[in-house]
Amino acid sequence: MVRYSRIEISIKPDREDPSGHHTAWEIESTLGYRVQGVRTVTVYTVYSDLSDEQIGTFASEVLCDPVLSMYSVDSPVGLKLPPFSWAAEVSFKLGVTDNVGHTATEVLSMMTGEENGSRVYKSTQYLIDAALEREQVERIGEEILYNSLIEEIDILGFDEYRAHGGFPVRERHYIEDYSPQTEEIDLRVPDETLKSISDERTLALTLDEMKYFRSYYERDDVIEARIRVGLGALPTDVELEAFAQTQSEHCKHKIFNATIAYREGGKRETVRSLFKTYIRGATEKIAERKNFLVSVFEDNAGVIEFNDRYNLAFKVETHNSPSALDPYGGSITGIVGCDRDPAGTGLGSRLIAHTDVLCFGDPTMEGELPPRMMHPKRVMEGVVKGIEDGGNKCGIPTINGAVIFNDSYRGKPLVFCGSVGIMPRSIRGAPSHVKEARPGDIIVMTGGRIGKDGIHGATFSSEEISESSPVQAVQIGDPITQKKMLDMIVEARDRLLYRAITDNGAGGLSSSVGEMAQLAGGAYLELEKAPLKYPGLDPWEILLSEAQERMTLAVPPDNLDDFLELARRRDVLALPMGKFTDTGYFHVTCEGRTVCYLELSFLHSSIPMTLDARWDPPKLAENAPSTGKPLEHVFMEMISDLNTCSREPIIRRYDHEVGGNAVLKPLIGADEAGPSDGGVIAPVAGSYRGFALAAGINPFYSEIDTYHMAANVVDEAIRNAVSVGADPDRIALLDNFCWPDPVYDHAKTPDGRHKLAQLVRAVRGCHDTAVAYGTPFISGKDSMKNDYKIGEHKVSVLPTILVSAIGIVPDIRMCVTSDFKCPGDSLYLLGLTRRELGQSLFYRMYGGTSGSVPKVHRDANLKLYRVYHELVRQGLLASGHDLSEGGLAVALMESCIGGGLGAAADLSTLLGESGLSVEEALFSESAGRFVVSLDPKNEKRFFSIVGELPVVKVGTVTGDSTLEVREGEKSLASLAVEEITRCFRESLYRLLGMEKG
Amino acid sequence: MAKPRALILTGYGINCDYETTHACDTVGFKAYRLHLNDVLVKPEGLFDYRLVVFPGGFSYGDDLGSGVAYSSKIRFSRSENGGRLYETFMEYVERDGLVLGICNGFQILVRLGILPAIENSYGEQQVTLAPNREGYFINRWVELVTQQDNPSIFTRGLGRIRLPVRHGEGRLLVPDEELLQGLEQNRHVCIRYCDREGKPTQSFPQNPNGSQNAIAGICDPTGRVFGLMPHPEAAMTLYHFPDWTGMRERANRCGEELPTKGDGHAIFRNAFEYAS
Repeated sequence: MVRYSRIEISIKPDREDPSGHHTAWEIESTLGYRVQGVRTVTVYTVYSDLSDEQIGTFASEVLCDPVLSMYSVDSPVGLKLPPFSWAAEVSFKLGVTDNVGHTATEVLSMMTGEENGSRVYKSTQYLIDAALEREQVERIGEEILYNSLIEEIDILGFDEYRAHGGFPVRERHYIEDYSPQTEEIDLRVPDETLKSISDERTLALTLDEMKYFRSYYERDDVIEARIRVGLGALPTDVELEAFAQTQSEHCKHKIFNATIAYREGGKRETVRSLFKTYIRGATEKIAERKNFLVSVFEDNAGVIEFNDRYNLAFKVETHNSPSALDPYGGSITGIVGCDRDPAGTGLGSRLIAHTDVLCFGDPTMEGELPPRMMHPKRVMEGVVKGIEDGGNKCGIPTINGAVIFNDSYRGKPLVFCGSVGIMPRSIRGAPSHVKEARPGDIIVMTGGRIGKDGIHGATFSSEEISESSPVQAVQIGDPITQKKMLDMIVEARDRLLYRAITDNGAGGLSSSVGEMAQLAGGAYLELEKAPLKYPGLDPWEILLSEAQERMTLAVPPDNLDDFLELARRRDVLALPMGKFTDTGYFHVTCEGRTVCYLELSFLHSSIPMTLDARWDPPKLAENAPSTGKPLEHVFMEMISDLNTCSREPIIRRYDHEVGGNAVLKPLIGADEAGPSDGGVIAPVAGSYRGFALAAGINPFYSEIDTYHMAANVVDEAIRNAVSVGADPDRIALLDNFCWPDPVYDHAKTPDGRHKLAQLVRAVRGCHDTAVAYGTPFISGKDSMKNDYKIGEHKVSVLPTILVSAIGIVPDIRMCVTSDFKCPGDSLYLLGLTRRELGQSLFYRMYGGTSGSVPKVHRDANLKLYRVYHELVRQGLLASGHDLSEGGLAVALMESCIGGGLGAAADLSTLLGESGLSVEEALFSESAGRFVVSLDPKNEKRFFSIVGELPVVKVGTVTGDSTLEVREGEKSLASLAVEEITRCFRESLYRLLGMEKG
Repeated sequence: MAKPRALILTGYGINCDYETTHACDTVGFKAYRLHLNDVLVKPEGLFDYRLVVFPGGFSYGDDLGSGVAYSSKIRFSRSENGGRLYETFMEYVERDGLVLGICNGFQILVRLGILPAIENSYGEQQVTLAPNREGYFINRWVELVTQQDNPSIFTRGLGRIRLPVRHGEGRLLVPDEELLQGLEQNRHVCIRYCDREGKPTQSFPQNPNGSQNAIAGICDPTGRVFGLMPHPEAAMTLYHFPDWTGMRERANRCGEELPTKGDGHAIFRNAFEYAS
């Protein structure tokens, strides 16, 4: 008889429960409640017709660890544990991805030797020992234990728990025998109704776009063609949804391609497509003189040449909106979703490196939270954990990253996930970066099953977070299903079993098949063949679902059996779902009935958008801050600041050496305490050629001028890559724009014209800098609606660009790190320091204002970067560190921390030559600078290479563990390196409640 | 003479298979990466190899506890001709086969009861690798000291070494004092986390997970099956060390000797020497 059984597993009472312990800390630190202790119980609800004996064996032999744990079946294990006052049980809502339940189901069928329709669901129980009222426990639930969008909670006081015999079974019923419905939508309605149809379905279409869509159905030839395939004259919901997805800002980048009327002072200009003019435009100008570009802006990721046998594919994505609603699910799907881009580029690449850059609100924020806003600290913990699970479980090392804290990110965090793949340049003679889908090729979908998860992700992320944000947009990743699929795909690729591949990300099958159909000239897709997680999906939902871990391939009919057999052998789901055609139509059927029949040329056509931009530079007073503190205190406060301090507690949770190819990891020095400017991977066994990954991000400068913000972040990314040993003449860039809504709306976005002008200026800053450096953009992404608006409460992110650099390191044995190496080494500052401290860390911390932001002196910097690389090549630098936030002061401290050594810094020459004050010299963030140390024996060679470029001696490395800053004889500051290190390492560990050691 | 063959298992979330294959090749093996399902088709194929490695990774996402699902797969699965992989595997061990389990691979061997097999109780899970005492995944280089006179062929000649750990569940726990004594007295313990002086330690982070008696790696009674939480395959060359640029610099200045190999190399090399 089919029934439910509950298996409860807990850690034995005499053993520690680290997870319970951490939960107790979270309750105390977040809500201030006193808690004696928390213990956790894992609950497996088994729905099966197995015998009691079989259930018992499953519990005792498989689920329960005999050394650590104990179990009970259909009785509460909590009664065998130390006393508690409250019990809370958290379960996933029906349909939400339950990885543990899924694995348990699989293992249960291994144990019984057959798939017998059993299903297992996981829940987690928290047994809380604390004197609390029910309302307080409910608050613990809401703020710590569960997320109401994806989970449900039951709470019992101890007496109820004992009286009821623990928690009851939570039954789970799916609709059986559902017959999929398609509806026709009458768009011959007044404008207001038309717009409300878009809003109610989260289509994110404008009135003009709705009218454009309607106009298609007014064409006689269209109506005739529709009748021939059994459709009526009205559009179906499938068609409307597919159109909205294809046209979404997320997929179409309408703002980046709009015609913009830009005004600045009395000047007016028209910009036709920011993307084509400035981003691709920059690359086209550079491509004439660089020969390492293989595939740019064409595919899911940019592809560059690594050596004569391999190419590298690199992509950085954002997953901001989902991470705002469910930080864990949003970030894990962000990283595993980004992975599918390089994996689905050309014929597919194998993933070898991750980079993650995160922007959060102030994690120490106090006060009431507005609706649908999570506390920034909770957002951070969830996002960090999601990326940890996504990266670590897929076995991809996270070798670089950054974290930025600013209040503007409390409405939507920014979660940038980057992924690098490697691919042989040719596979059995076929160039690996070329994909094609031919008419007759079979559409094969592989990976996970389709559910209602992620529906409307593409359109939802094209709007601000609001009360009507769809809950289905939230989903949880399943890294192992993806890992199995991608492993299988590499095998299939090497046998050339398919001709084209792309991922199912935003827009699901609608997007993947719709895009590949353009390669062949049409597609015929049969939705009833889709593997579903559960019945109850309508055709438009199957088409639009963004259920994760899926790829779509074009498999030649002759290879189909081999492909499906390989997938079966690897335990990976793969199903043929139709074929590519040359009909010119995106033709979708369900159970033999046509549900969508759209001309590809119409579906993918562009509706021109015209926007206004107006630049009024902010007027900022010039006020240098007065700290009123000894310089030592300023140094310590700076190195402890959340935007400067060590990211060690996050870095250590990310596997940064799996794959065995990471030669520069994010933590450097003998004690792994120092921060690295970039990560380096040597991906080919037996070869010393490598590549560096580095990042540039500084949203603070946007407060002054986004042109210079952009120029600085391009410069910073390049500078970081060069710093560790990348060749400045072999660097490629990715741009990720995260903007507040820049489209003017008198009610919603009255400052839209200004924000759009900021965008225009930023794009120009990227263009001018990249062209001057000869560093092409190879891929990128823009996310344009990073706002939160509920009622009167609006939060918009600072205009933010992440520039990611990937640069070739010709010989990794020559790499340079930022930590000081030997006492007695000479210290030099390369590059000019200027009085331009607006929005510098120093000004921000101590209340200074200025309209002067660092300017990038492109020609001078490029010369310096080439010289720096020559110094690296000749092995003359013992250490090299880029100067960025916090300027010379922070760079010196970081090099001391990494090396566990001191330094005697004398600023007199620097002050004399620059005419700056001590504070300006120490804290200016002028671009294009490095601080280096070298063996005094090498000084002569050093100077012969540096020549006329700006260089100034700033002191020597010392062995006495003190950072001494002087001006001639006058001591300005003296700090113990041990103390600086403690401050640097402690801030984030304390915030996250983790042991520093 | 033909090179001895090494089998590196993969599939279901094993993810250190490429570098482990390379490590085996580097020391002299002819190494093959094989999906578990390809081994299942013909388990007798195991006898063609002198070394079988269960590499690191996140098999089945650690979903039911690390190694639980993968070991269940080995325990319960039957090959196409009906034989159990588990039994063939035990026969392989008896026939002088070498087995190395690293991190997730170690967890799998422990769940299968192939390690430690105190008093030859193969098949019975006697110890466990519990969640780290600090409660989270950790990537860190640790110092290890080798237990002298341990029978493992893998740690022969090793003294103090440095390797990275990268795990969330590496805390070796023993159910009771009696088994702990059995583990120690029967010389199952091969390597321990230690402090700067080389003394085994319970302090975090030198002992990164809170393992009892600072145990980082153990072997079976024959010494031919060895499992450890740290990653020797990630410490094969100089360039794997986290501070190799400092080592290089100091070697250039004061003639300090610069190693060309990482400390993991000797572990694979020992296996090769035994196998050939």
